[in-house]
Amino acid sequence: MVTAALLAGPAILAAGGEEAVHHSDGGVLASGAWLIVLVPFVAALAITLFGKRLPRNGAELAVGAVAFVAVYGTVLLFSTWMGDGIVYEGAVTIGQFGGFEVEWAWVVDGLSIMMFFVVGVVSTACFVYAVGYMEGDVRPTAFFASFTLFAGAMLMLVSAANLIQLLIGWELVGVSSYLLIGHYWEQKENSSAGMKAFIVNKIADIGLMIGIIIAGITVGSFTLSTIMDKVEESDAALDDVAVVVAVLLFIGAMGKSAQFPFHVWLPDAMAGPTPVSALMHAATMVTAGVYLIARMFPLFEHMAPDALTVVLVIGTITLVIAGLLAIVQDDIKRVLAYSTLSQLGYMVAALGAGAYTAGLFHLFTHAFFKSLLFLGAGSVIHAVHSNNMSDMGGLRKDMPRTFWTFIIGSAALAGVPFLAGFFSKDEILASFNEGGHSIVFLLGVITAFITALYMTRAVSLTFFGEYKGDGHPHESPAVMTVPMLGLAGGAVLVGYLNVPGFTSSFYNLVTTRSVSHELLGEHATSFDIMALGVGFLALVLGIAVGYRLYYRDAPTQKERDRLRIPVLWPLLENKYYIDDLYMNGIVNPVKGPIARFINWTNSYIIDLVVNLAGLFTKGLGRFVYGGLDQRGIDLAINEVGAGAGFLGGKLRYIQTGKVQQYAGALFAGALVLVIGFWISIT
Amino acid sequence: MDLGLAQNWFFLVIGLLMVVSSLVVVTSRNVMHAALMLVAALGGSAGIFILLGAEFVAAVVVLVYIGAIIVLFLFGVMITRVGVGRSNTLDHPNSWPAAVIAIATFSVLAGSAVAFFGDEKIDRIAAVRTSDIGTSIFDRFVVPFEVVSFVLLAALIGGIVLARKDPES
Amino acid sequence: MTIAQFLVLSAAMFSIGIYGVLARRNAVLVLLSVELMLAAVNINFVAFGRHMADPIAGGQVFALFVITVAAAEVGIGLAIVLLIFRNRASANIDELDALKW
Repeated sequence: MVTAALLAGPAILAAGGEEAVHHSDGGVLASGAWLIVLVPFVAALAITLFGKRLPRNGAELAVGAVAFVAVYGTVLLFSTWMGDGIVYEGAVTIGQFGGFEVEWAWVVDGLSIMMFFVVGVVSTACFVYAVGYMEGDVRPTAFFASFTLFAGAMLMLVSAANLIQLLIGWELVGVSSYLLIGHYWEQKENSSAGMKAFIVNKIADIGLMIGIIIAGITVGSFTLSTIMDKVEESDAALDDVAVVVAVLLFIGAMGKSAQFPFHVWLPDAMAGPTPVSALMHAATMVTAGVYLIARMFPLFEHMAPDALTVVLVIGTITLVIAGLLAIVQDDIKRVLAYSTLSQLGYMVAALGAGAYTAGLFHLFTHAFFKSLLFLGAGSVIHAVHSNNMSDMGGLRKDMPRTFWTFIIGSAALAGVPFLAGFFSKDEILASFNEGGHSIVFLLGVITAFITALYMTRAVSLTFFGEYKGDGHPHESPAVMTVPMLGLAGGAVLVGYLNVPGFTSSFYNLVTTRSVSHELLGEHATSFDIMALGVGFLALVLGIAVGYRLYYRDAPTQKERDRLRIPVLWPLLENKYYIDDLYMNGIVNPVKGPIARFINWTNSYIIDLVVNLAGLFTKGLGRFVYGGLDQRGIDLAINEVGAGAGFLGGKLRYIQTGKVQQYAGALFAGALVLVIGFWISIT
Repeated sequence: MDLGLAQNWFFLVIGLLMVVSSLVVVTSRNVMHAALMLVAALGGSAGIFILLGAEFVAAVVVLVYIGAIIVLFLFGVMITRVGVGRSNTLDHPNSWPAAVIAIATFSVLAGSAVAFFGDEKIDRIAAVRTSDIGTSIFDRFVVPFEVVSFVLLAALIGGIVLARKDPES
Repeated sequence: MTIAQFLVLSAAMFSIGIYGVLARRNAVLVLLSVELMLAAVNINFVAFGRHMADPIAGGQVFALFVITVAAAEVGIGLAIVLLIFRNRASANIDELDALKW
């Protein structure tokens, strides 16, 4: 992939500049793009059904499926760059119920191709890594089935041409996240973490669903292209509800992309296996919210600028508070988790400032270096058998490949020049500056400093100094390090797709959509010197302070953690007490009084009705049986029988056995007859 | 009844005789008396038959009825050892239902006879000759004749079978 | 001679015979009463035969038949009475009530 990029590089870099108004329809590649979604789903089903019988527990099918997606996505990417840009919407009827047609519609445009590429490539890396990481796991087949299901669901989400399909993909992604976080459900914390993620997401999804419904009803259709057309026409009806719809959709995005105050689930989600954290909670699932805002960006930009303000504010809050939290973590995955939160805040804030391309570009680059960092962390954890940096130290000697790829990833994250993160973060800061959002710009710069600081801390504590643990760490096997190397290459190179003033390939890619470019924000044509300078300054300061504080060794890792600001640190260590607030303010009251009240209602009111019905039926039965049946009907029948018996008992005395009496009766009877005939004659 | 005719006087006397002897038959406490009174009754009936011009029947009555059947009765009486003299156990204590029925029967029969036939007379012509009876039996009534012969045969055999002692004892 | 007088006579004997059949307790006496009834019937037959001036003398022929049957019946009847007497040493009909309720 690296070679292909190098070969095609000049062509791609030169393809920027001109905006192609005329888009191609993508031919068979686009019309066959439904395969991108179908193949992972089919693979997930296949793994579920007979994964256990395969030599590698179904991992072969999983890796094959995502590799297919990666290849397809890459081919689509190149073909859209080489050509006029693909904008295609395909639909196929998959079912008909009476007059109601069920259609499957997919969109192939620049934004979705970018997502296909990211999801495909990063998934392939993480899946291959997982083959090694999950060696000896208690449930490998279940893992790969859920993982592949996730891949299919994510691809469904990003290829959806209407909001309903998007919602289905959204929910499926939530489900697979729940399954994967709780993969080691034998420990209660893990299943609780999965439930926390699911519930927080579900609460946010309420906003999403209401927003979709309002949008659909107002526009009269759920199809994205229809909605976008209405936006372009500045449709009056849509205009009235636009702010509400935008805010509601953003609430949904807040849940999935873990923005404040819905961020609480992401750190706990680190309970899942590391490949899951790398793929889902760094690169793909959490970016679904950003994708949603980007997809609906014309609505936000054109008709609901107030909603954009909300987006900006929330994004800013998130990036700051998460960055601060990353400094105090001992668990290496948590450092990366809070870092992800912070970077997601950057993406969201960028979109909120109207920088469509910047936000998406940061999503793109972040996917590569963050997943790389997680894979590296997983490699370290795998070697040391502990998540905590307290048990690490000096690992660069024993794990060189992990060390160097981790360094590249950290540098990219911090924004070291000429790596991918530098270009994307700089563009975001530039957009803050140019948009006139001074406070946001300032906070963004401060957080860039903090980012550099905590990454230096993490690197120092993990890889430098002396090894403080008990085991014998060794480098991870090739199946794990090769994906890391691949991602590292991406982390270095992908930044060059969007150098202001030189290349605008990425800009061209993500603006290849059915809506016109004006609605998709501006593209920087040159470097913003102020942003560049201040950002670089923050970076250098961060690394310097970090080096000064953490590089030197000490007997325990705790002692190396030299920074400790008195009031701030306990607040940070308790995550601003937000979790406690949620637990005591929301969860416990619901669990306690409300649940008890509902239980009471159930036992006494609902069950009462049921019990009454039962008692009534019993009484009725008793009445019918005792009263009607036994005393009424049976009585009549028994009386008839008794009557017959009684009669017989009385009549039998006629049989006296005496012949003369019989003769007498005979004569008397004959006499009566004769008299009768006589009377009848006369 | 026209008592100027001699037949009517004869009829009256014989009739009275028959009725009285019948009454004795059914009310007597002496079995032998009852049997002998039956003889009288049957003799009276023979006389009635002669009055009616059926001499052959009268002769048969005397021969068979009185001569054989009554004798048979007397044998039966003697074998069942009722007691030659008087006996108090020959009637039911409650015999009024029988009386009622008898009287009722008589009234119905006699009443209907008188009511239907009134004063129709029997004409005097043609006493039937015995040869006519014989011809009639073997001509017109030959089947009943044969049947009655079988009845007699059956009664004969039956009587013997019933009344004999068991061969083993 | 009217037909009616014979019929009345026959009716009287028949009724007396009925009384005898129903009132007497001794089996032999009952049979005697039955004979009375048969005799009455004979008178009836012959009287009607004479009244109708029957060319085939049906009345008298049947009277003969009745006598024959009466003879057969008396024979059997007495044989039965004999058997009963042998079994029970008594000729009381009252005691023959084994077929009672």
